[in-house]
Amino acid sequence: MGLGLILALPLSFAQNYGPKPVKIIVSAYEKIFRSIPELVILFLVFYGLPRIGFRIPAFTAFVLGFGLRSAAYQSQIFRGAIQSVSSSQMRAARSMGMSNLQGFVHVILPQASRIALPPWTNEFTIVLKDSSLAYAIGVTEMLRQGSYIIATHYEPMLIYLTVAGIYLGVTLTANKTLGYLEKKLALPGFEMREPIR
Amino acid sequence: MSEKEPLLKVVDLHKAFGKNEVLKGISFEMNKGDTKVIIGPSGTGKSTLIACINHLVAPDRGEIWLEGENTVTAKNINRIRQKIGFVFQDFGLFNHLTALKNVMIGLVKVKKMPKDKARKRAMEELDRVGLSDQAKSYPAQLSGGQKQRVGIARALAMDPKIILFDEPTSALDPELIGEVLHVMQDLAQSGMTMLVVTHEMGFARTVSNEIIFMENGVIVEQGTPEKLFKNPENKRTKEFLFKLEDLYGEGE
Ligand SMILES: Nc1ncnc2c1ncn2[C@@H]1O[C@H](COP(=O)(O)OP(=O)(O)OP(=O)(O)O)[C@@H](O)[C@H]1O
Ligand SMILES: [Mg+2]
Repeated sequence: MGLGLILALPLSFAQNYGPKPVKIIVSAYEKIFRSIPELVILFLVFYGLPRIGFRIPAFTAFVLGFGLRSAAYQSQIFRGAIQSVSSSQMRAARSMGMSNLQGFVHVILPQASRIALPPWTNEFTIVLKDSSLAYAIGVTEMLRQGSYIIATHYEPMLIYLTVAGIYLGVTLTANKTLGYLEKKLALPGFEMREPIR
Repeated sequence: MSEKEPLLKVVDLHKAFGKNEVLKGISFEMNKGDTKVIIGPSGTGKSTLIACINHLVAPDRGEIWLEGENTVTAKNINRIRQKIGFVFQDFGLFNHLTALKNVMIGLVKVKKMPKDKARKRAMEELDRVGLSDQAKSYPAQLSGGQKQRVGIARALAMDPKIILFDEPTSALDPELIGEVLHVMQDLAQSGMTMLVVTHEMGFARTVSNEIIFMENGVIVEQGTPEKLFKNPENKRTKEFLFKLEDLYGEGE
């Protein structure tokens, strides 16, 4: 998620403000990564990269695969949020003598971040839950941890329920925190929020 | 700057978008305190002309002199823009800021005025447009007429030499147009220099000291309202004014 966020911000800028060829490349990247299932991306990164000479540990493969995919989704969220701030506001900012950067910082950003928060929360939750897929390439995430315990204690139902419970707890907490942030930042005119799924 | 020198002088301004020649040599002058109205059919280049004056659109050729400085070749556009207020058809208010903050932001971020001083100044301007009681409202809580008045207060706060208006009332419901025109009329009377693109013939007739009729990227005719309404030289001016009277005439 962290890597995704770091990648997504420049990507969304490139898509909004970049020159045409950059826009095309970024948009192709987004389309590709949003169309391939997470698990397939993971396998491609983990089994594919060594074939062309990059040997990477499973955990790195997991971070890379998730980061790249999430970056595609997040950059879409940010791009949409930035675009939804009307261009006439930027014109107004420029007309009073603000630079492009000032206009972005003082006018676009405060609005775009409010608009992006709910879908971003959603994406955050998805990544959190999908991290269980790392199981498939042998990363010791929570589910694998669980299977180890099952192997020694033989209590599958209890252990899986515990894993489910932990996921539920973490996800709900994350959603609550972000939901609270959202309420705190709410302004008249910005209240058309999607419910958090 | 000598007394005689006009505040704003536009000389042979040209602008094309690709092959579409929008401005084909526009020249006119404005003295301090003038209120001039630009009229003309849709797509004639009225918006492009006033966007050029504020450098929101870069002209291809020609000169724009503001207080004796050619702004087309000026290095710091942002400094020039601070001297030119702009009021938009769609208001362009910052939706995440209250009316007061909308008026303050330019003072604080561009003019680097201390906050308390900026707040005081912003309150004065809101008062001037009759909105001091809405200072804490967000744009979403204001009517169109109120939004546009905040837009005018925002422009005024920057102490501009001239304010450009691009169809300031055409996005408004008919019953809200009056309150905005009223504020503009007060401004004109207080000596503000204003260049207004509008189809409000009542305003053009009673408030402006000159009407500029543009068509197809050139100025067809300009003159006092009496002259243009009573005996225009150009047949096209006559036809156009006649049509406008028909459409918007009864409003005032
Ligand atoms: N950024 C732009 N890129 C390309 N063409 C443009 C651009 N802005 C304006 N034009 C074109 O320039 C011409 C003049 O437009 P402009 O907006 O200046 O007309 P106008 O007189 O203000 O018309 P209206 O009364 O409809 O507002 C139109 O043909 C328009 O399509
Ligand atoms: Mg226009």
